[in-house]
Amino acid sequence: MSELNYAYAVARIRVLEKYLLSDSDIEQMIAMPSDAAVLTFLKERGWGDESSAHETPETVLSEELAKTNALVRELKVEPEVLEVFSYQEMFHNLKAAVKEACSQDTHPGIFLESADYGREKMLRIVQEQSFDELPSHMKKCAEEAFQTLLHTRDGQLCDIIIDRATLEAIAETGRNAKEAIVRDYADMFVSVADIKIAVRSANTGKTREFMERAMVSSPSVDARRLIQAAASGKDEVIAYLAGTRFAGAAEALSESPSAFERWCDNQIIEIIKPQKYNAFSAGPIVAYKLARENEIRMARIILTAKANGLPESAIRERARKMYV
Amino acid sequence: MNLGMAFALLGAALASGLAGWGSAKGVGIAGQAAAGVVSEDPSQFAKVLILQLLPGTQGIYGLLVAFITLSQIGVLGGTAITDVPTGLMYFAACLPIALAGLGSAIYQGKTSAASIGLVAKKPDQFGKAMLFPAMVETYAILALLVSILAVTNIR
Repeated sequence: MSELNYAYAVARIRVLEKYLLSDSDIEQMIAMPSDAAVLTFLKERGWGDESSAHETPETVLSEELAKTNALVRELKVEPEVLEVFSYQEMFHNLKAAVKEACSQDTHPGIFLESADYGREKMLRIVQEQSFDELPSHMKKCAEEAFQTLLHTRDGQLCDIIIDRATLEAIAETGRNAKEAIVRDYADMFVSVADIKIAVRSANTGKTREFMERAMVSSPSVDARRLIQAAASGKDEVIAYLAGTRFAGAAEALSESPSAFERWCDNQIIEIIKPQKYNAFSAGPIVAYKLARENEIRMARIILTAKANGLPESAIRERARKMYV
Repeated sequence: MNLGMAFALLGAALASGLAGWGSAKGVGIAGQAAAGVVSEDPSQFAKVLILQLLPGTQGIYGLLVAFITLSQIGVLGGTAITDVPTGLMYFAACLPIALAGLGSAIYQGKTSAASIGLVAKKPDQFGKAMLFPAMVETYAILALLVSILAVTNIR
């Protein structure tokens, strides 16, 4: 589809961007006395079902996510642009199905029903071992993870196989993408995942072989050098990152683990920010989808923290950047 | 009809045809953006309509040059062309608005669509939003002037 065909969709998104939560809205929510006050604030902003007065926080958040997905579908964004954003949920469901199929226990709650392959479909494919029904980037890893778990009962190894396949699929899609936002997202996602693996491996003393198995190279991160640094310890990882475009990660790592987690989450906003000034292409629509997911995630953090009586400072430490 | 007359008519046809094509495309692009804004915020209708109409002027300029040409070459008035060089001169005189009209209308449509996005987000910035596509108009006006001056001074 020509980028000019997105003129209607982008203009519509520009109006809707006015209703996104800003950093000051988040600050206001953090300062509220209870989760009920936060929920009322969100309902006043049009969140949830306006006709229903007694909604739980989870219902409101699920409805917002459903509204965003419905809008993106309505704007008819090309499927290949959105494909990469569904991988995480699909691979998560694959992991859940492999574990359920091998353990014979049932855990319906661990599946994400919003994914293209829901519990019923994914579980049937794994149980019948009809992996050909899966997309090409999932077939091989699904079979390998299933056989590995079945014969070794090593859940961590099964996780590594599927997590690596997720990163490979995202990296591959990013390399072949025409849309700049998909390329940038894939690069950022794989790079941040590699950095997280390196930091955790350095902290827990994982072997070089483990890291080689888990990491995937991206245009911005040299996995070989990152593994070399992680094998020597966390300080080496910080020193390596300080010389790359991820110098912010080095600073955050030196500060605290939660500052590092916040830096990882904020990378999404850094990637989508330029789309605020893009008048055509699917970029602004994808940016809006990611911005909505980000604010729903932030609202969930605040609601949960308020319900559990966490102090404002603890919530503020976890506050993510907003798109507007 | 002689070859000179054919060239002059072709010039008039290109002036109105190409400039009109550009305007149709420009107004179409801006119209899509305008519809997107109005679907979420109908109160912005008047503002986005003005921005949508801006790329429509090139079509009018093309029509004006075509009309003057036709009234000079014996179709709507004036004296009929009898030689090829004069016909070619009319043809060349029509080209500036034909080509600049086509290009500027399309780019003005894109700029209008971007300005419509600006109005969608910040309705109070309508004045500034108008200026960006209006800048593109400059080049259509320059081409219009050259075409009119040339067409009216050939004989």
